[in-house]
Amino acid sequence: MSLTPSTSIIVPKLKRHTMEVLLTRGVRLDGRKLDDIREIKIEPGYIERAEGSALVKLGETMVLVGVKMDIVPPFLDTPNEGVLVVNAEFVPLASPTFEPGPPDENAIELARVIDRSLREIKAVALDKLVLEPGKHVWRIYVDIYVLNHDGNLFDASALASMAALMTTRVPQAVKVEEGYVVDRSRYAGLLPINHRVVTVAIAKVANKLIVDPTYEEEEVADTRLVVAVSDDGRVAGIQKTGGTGYLTYDEVLRAVSLALRKAAVYFEALKKFVEPYRLELEKKLSESEEAQKPETELPRPLPSREREEVVEEIVHEEALSSEDSSEEH
Amino acid sequence: MYKAMAHTSESKPSLIRWEERDGVKVAIRHDGRTPDQLRPIRMEVGVLSNADGSALVEYGGTRVIAAVYGPREAVPRHVALPDRAVIRCRYHMAPFSTEERKTPAPTRREIELSKVIREALEAVVLTELFPRTTIDVYMEVLQSDGGTRTAALTAASLALADAGIAMRDLVAAVAVGKVDGVIVLDIDEIEDNYAEADMPVAMAPNLNRVLLLQLNGVMTHEEFTKAMELAVKGINTIYKLQKEALRKKYVSVG
Repeated sequence: MSLTPSTSIIVPKLKRHTMEVLLTRGVRLDGRKLDDIREIKIEPGYIERAEGSALVKLGETMVLVGVKMDIVPPFLDTPNEGVLVVNAEFVPLASPTFEPGPPDENAIELARVIDRSLREIKAVALDKLVLEPGKHVWRIYVDIYVLNHDGNLFDASALASMAALMTTRVPQAVKVEEGYVVDRSRYAGLLPINHRVVTVAIAKVANKLIVDPTYEEEEVADTRLVVAVSDDGRVAGIQKTGGTGYLTYDEVLRAVSLALRKAAVYFEALKKFVEPYRLELEKKLSESEEAQKPETELPRPLPSREREEVVEEIVHEEALSSEDSSEEH
Repeated sequence: MYKAMAHTSESKPSLIRWEERDGVKVAIRHDGRTPDQLRPIRMEVGVLSNADGSALVEYGGTRVIAAVYGPREAVPRHVALPDRAVIRCRYHMAPFSTEERKTPAPTRREIELSKVIREALEAVVLTELFPRTTIDVYMEVLQSDGGTRTAALTAASLALADAGIAMRDLVAAVAVGKVDGVIVLDIDEIEDNYAEADMPVAMAPNLNRVLLLQLNGVMTHEEFTKAMELAVKGINTIYKLQKEALRKKYVSVG
């Protein structure tokens, strides 16, 4: 059941008035122009324990995303695809309005919007994460952890999710008698990515459209439109969310155009902060692979009945490490 | 109307065929509709005697019933707001409404849809007229064949009107989609399963306000603009049917 929320922070009337007056002059409370995005910082690989991770700071908003992977049977209707799960936690330390407990409707909505934005355009190449069709596939958990809430959790979470996925190392799958186990001491390569996707949140305040709203602005806003944009300039998802207001038909069209234009800022941030780390990671992985080679070339002697399985394992490792070269098994 | 289809087949069936009609190539959908054609729509207002307002809405095989209770005393009291009514919304699917039985416990999908539907209704209901009360809006999807959230919103706004609750406008909603590269109106379940995009839209037609907008899938900028135009066309038709349905109840009573 969804209830009208009681306004969580009370923006004093005077401040609201100031905000509206400033907006008519094309300026916001923090000095930004209407279509300015706050300063972006991305720290990929923030959690070494995770297969992939990134800490994103969007102004004062702070979101940490960790990616973990394991091996599961696929869904019945997609035997040839890995499984992607997106979950969001609004941890109580992030805001005085967050309470401990299971995800509320806002956290569920955020996770589902990011999930769809990634899934529909096939941002992650799930078809390359199959160990045995219909039996064993990789499952990717994207866990969004909001650490500080100063508005626009959508864009910060989408950016952190994308950065974490771009720098996710797929662990080695080792075949055992009944299926596979995950060996996290070795990596088979980077997670195969088809598309990069970001979201751009547009808020409507005093009949003006503003990009990347702060918490204060969100509280005053009539409503928001979150638009997912892919690296090839398509609209990968939309969600009207928050507030009790509306957008006119023209405002919807303008907001989508604005989002398509402003997405470049986020893509630029991914290029600046994440791409170098990704390349470094790729290099490191291929080096460690070289170092591991003697081991795989000189396997320990085995009783003959086990040999077949070992061959399978090696074949499988090769298949995984050549994932990026569109080879499938 | 409702056709079951096995979802196990791996290859995607062709959902659009092209036909020559009066020398023009026309896209024909799997159920014979043209891209800008709605399914048969049926609406009935005042179907439940206990509720303050209720409505049954069918979009083809999709059947949703909505009921409104309120404005009534807020329970528990702390949820009440001093300056306006609280809207409580529940979108729920019956366990037997889908191909596979759906668990009656609320899913993450239902929680999200309850929220976006509530936000759409907040923008039209004059909640400031009923401070310290709640208005409960319950929607049950009895049978699902695509477009259930839009049918639920259409039904909810009829139920609110039937309950005599002041609103700025009715809410009419429809889902548009992209199927085999063609932008189509009012997609059904089979189309949704294989669609490149599914976009539910709800509007207050008389005020030209967009109250709900979601896009699940991928579209180019031009396709999106075209989809919005098509949605408005469908919404205007549904709006007329809504007014007819309301009139029908109250004229026959009078």
